[in-house]
Amino acid sequence: MAEKEEVKLLGIWASPFSRRIEMALKLKGIPYDYVEEILEHKSPLLLALNPIHKKVPVLVHNGKTILESQVILEYIDETWKQSPILPQDPYERSKARFLAKLVDEQIITAGFVSMARADEKGREALAEQTRELIMNLEKELVGKDFFGGKSVGFLDLVAGSMIPFCLERGWEGIGLKVITEEKFPEYSRWVKNLEKVEAVKDCIPPREKHVEHMNYMGERIRSA
Amino acid sequence: MADEVILLDYWPSMFGMRTRVALEEKNIKFDYREQDLFNKSPILLEMNPVHKKIPVLIHNGKPVCESLIQVEYIDETWPGGNPFLPSDPYQRAQAKFWGDFIDKKVYGPTRLIWGAKGEEQEAGTKEFIEMLKMLESELGDKTYFGGETFGYVDIAMIGFYCWFDVLEKCGNFSIEAECPKLIAWAKRCMKRESVAKSLPDSNKITKFVPELKKKIGIE
Repeated sequence: MAEKEEVKLLGIWASPFSRRIEMALKLKGIPYDYVEEILEHKSPLLLALNPIHKKVPVLVHNGKTILESQVILEYIDETWKQSPILPQDPYERSKARFLAKLVDEQIITAGFVSMARADEKGREALAEQTRELIMNLEKELVGKDFFGGKSVGFLDLVAGSMIPFCLERGWEGIGLKVITEEKFPEYSRWVKNLEKVEAVKDCIPPREKHVEHMNYMGERIRSA
Repeated sequence: MADEVILLDYWPSMFGMRTRVALEEKNIKFDYREQDLFNKSPILLEMNPVHKKIPVLIHNGKPVCESLIQVEYIDETWPGGNPFLPSDPYQRAQAKFWGDFIDKKVYGPTRLIWGAKGEEQEAGTKEFIEMLKMLESELGDKTYFGGETFGYVDIAMIGFYCWFDVLEKCGNFSIEAECPKLIAWAKRCMKRESVAKSLPDSNKITKFVPELKKKIGIE
């Protein structure tokens, strides 16, 4: 008889980092317990499991703690082999990892963190910077349904959780139009594809509430 | 068909050192091309148009950017010899966590130590020591971060060792006094041919930093 798997995820409903883990678990059909953390009141459990960064997501699998969302995604892919999310080829893997890093570092910085601190003129400049960065993803999508090809992969989960289902809500909140279908036809097509995938759709934070939350996060950055 | 491997790099870069060490560990013949970061070459701009940074690994014409991504790519493409990452998914996740920690938490403070003054520099020094202590705690009494075999986290961290001398001078502190086990680990790593070949002498780095400061316009 198979040993019972214990999978627990500590997350925050609005966090793209924790949402992408939920998407991966659902994609692979892995049952899990979800613990909703509160940003301003992190639980003793979270602080004990992630003392260095004190952040979500945290995955606990049969008592083992895994941290950092991209590391967790790779761990999930290596542990549960169904519906693989990373490409097989080392070069393709390196490209997916490179673009995922771009999303979680430069794109979130230009597209949210710096924007929160900038004035209107500054925001326009950052929007242009963000567009240039996202153009790298646009080019990668030509001729594909998803970054992963015919199915959702690692980069789809990272970029999907972050850009259409998080940053766009931030831009809506500050009245900034960053991505247009005209300039980003591949991206726009890709978002529609993503929204049709149940595992992704089920993990998209509710829009209105999320826009409000992003405004709050912007405030938090400004007052820090 | 022979593999063509080119590394675009900059000799003092602790990130470039990671890729050098990884290639040497696997005995891969590569064409090392020193870059002038103040006058970037066409090949650098072509192969890393997004960041325009080194190191860039070019394998049979295809570029791989970002040092830890390169280390993993090298491990996956040339699987012979000691793998840099363990095969167990949980241990791999641990290694990647620490690689990410080094990038996010250890590198930043070093720039403040050699590049800043006064309170900023002091804060950088304090933080750097704190981060090193966390690493040292993770190392424990193991030979290498991964245990008995030299691997991913060792590769991620060792390039910082040749910078320790200049950091100590700038920050007025002793790393050995704060983290003796880490220094012992570094000395063990330096005995490996791959590392000895890939790291410049500490005094070269120490002489280089004031010149770098002038070049980038910090006094």
